[in-house]
Amino acid sequence: MTERNRRILWFVVFIGCLLPAGDLLYRAFTGDLGADPVETLIRTTGDWAIKFLVAGLLLTPLTRILKNPLPVRFRRMIGLYAFFYVCIHLSLYLGLDQGLDVPAIVKDVLKRPYITFGMMAFLLLVPLAITSTRKMVARLGPKKWRQLHRAVYVAASFGVIHYYLLVKLDITWPLIYGTILAVALLWRVWQALPRDSTIRAAKSKSGATKSVAPL
Amino acid sequence: MLIGKKPDIPSSEITPKSLWLDRRRFMTGAAVLGAGLSLPRQWAQAAPLQAAKSPLSTTGEELTPLKDVTTYNNYYEFGTDKSDPAANAGGMKTRPWTVEISGEVAKPVTLGIEDILRLAPVEERIYRHRCVEAWSMVIPWNGFPLSALIKHIEPTSKANFVEFTTIADRASMPGLAYPYLDWPYREGLRMDEAMNPLTILAVGLYGETLENQNGAPLRLVVPWKYGFKGAKSIVRIRFVSDQPATAWNTANPSEYGFYSNVNPNVDHPRWTQAKERRIGDFLRRPTLMFNGYGEQVANLYKGMDLKTYF
Repeated sequence: MTERNRRILWFVVFIGCLLPAGDLLYRAFTGDLGADPVETLIRTTGDWAIKFLVAGLLLTPLTRILKNPLPVRFRRMIGLYAFFYVCIHLSLYLGLDQGLDVPAIVKDVLKRPYITFGMMAFLLLVPLAITSTRKMVARLGPKKWRQLHRAVYVAASFGVIHYYLLVKLDITWPLIYGTILAVALLWRVWQALPRDSTIRAAKSKSGATKSVAPL
Repeated sequence: MLIGKKPDIPSSEITPKSLWLDRRRFMTGAAVLGAGLSLPRQWAQAAPLQAAKSPLSTTGEELTPLKDVTTYNNYYEFGTDKSDPAANAGGMKTRPWTVEISGEVAKPVTLGIEDILRLAPVEERIYRHRCVEAWSMVIPWNGFPLSALIKHIEPTSKANFVEFTTIADRASMPGLAYPYLDWPYREGLRMDEAMNPLTILAVGLYGETLENQNGAPLRLVVPWKYGFKGAKSIVRIRFVSDQPATAWNTANPSEYGFYSNVNPNVDHPRWTQAKERRIGDFLRRPTLMFNGYGEQVANLYKGMDLKTYF
């Protein structure tokens, strides 16, 4: 793929990821969010947040399976979009659903497991979003950065649990996301086990401190 | 919240085991995963109804628009999304319609919907409608007191409860293919609850016969209880001596009680019932005890611990 085509693709994906938000905004202004607009907004942004989180976790396996670096180039963008939708989702909950009633929110977070998990997922994503820049990767060093960003699996799991716990009966979608997440995680664990040991063995033999790209 | 800080509540208390090991929810999801849906789209025709105003109507509340009442529904026989019933219920035939009345009655009988409509004059009853999911509406129902039918039927002295059964027609109800609930949908009331003047059998709303997604042609409305107590599209009314098994209570007894009275002080195990969002509003409002009908119904539960009998 030429550099130009890559830029075009990057731009298309960037705009594409904004479409769900644009659609909601448009429907909000045309009064097309259904009988319970707040519920629709909160549910839809939450749904997109988890979609982006899960999709983002598939990019590394995809890159390795296809032996093509293209998918992983979008990992940061997809991850930040996940965070973007999480932030809208959380703001809507705090502002519209709870009306910024702080004692009620605190009580909700402590008392409702699904809110607790949702809030923990958000808090875990904050440092990941902050350290997503190239500068921060360099500052932390690739190894530390990678270790830190493994937390995204925990955050995504909390996100799925958050979703599972709030569904009244039909847990089809939480199960789908949970399954994809589990497969992605198992794949990476399975991949990491033998490879890490060979790298470590090679390192200790040669004493090299070659850094590995943060894949 | 601090990560790494030990919570002062043991985790076993924060997350009840039932949330994690909930077999029906899990099986339902797994079953739905394995199948797809193809759904017919039709719209039933509503017909005008004559209904006299009732002094038992709730006053001073803004009515929820008809469009919201007919497009935002929980009727899992037609799918679990709120928009599914309006999209999928059109194929259900509501004429001819008969209701089997059986159990502890002097003479079991099957009544046609036309006979039932002749039992009592249809009234307009404006009621608050509070869903267990913490949203609410104000609906001008058209119906008649359930007590009128019960008096006509003359149940025996052994009749302590009334059980209502919803139609389960696989041809017109795509949701029945999935084990969301233990079909057919069943609900129940204690005899004194059933005889309370507020309890009605609705045949219409907003002066028109019910749309299928609202439970045509005949449904139960019990305004001081969560919405799911109001069985829709009733085909059987059975008088029984023991408390009947009900759909949501069977699906998840720790979350949905037999009584299911609207109670801001007894939370759903997973979410608060202290507040609700009135459809059309942005912010939540406080939920009223017995949905604001305590004056008429609180005496039914005198001496009962409503935390136990939720």
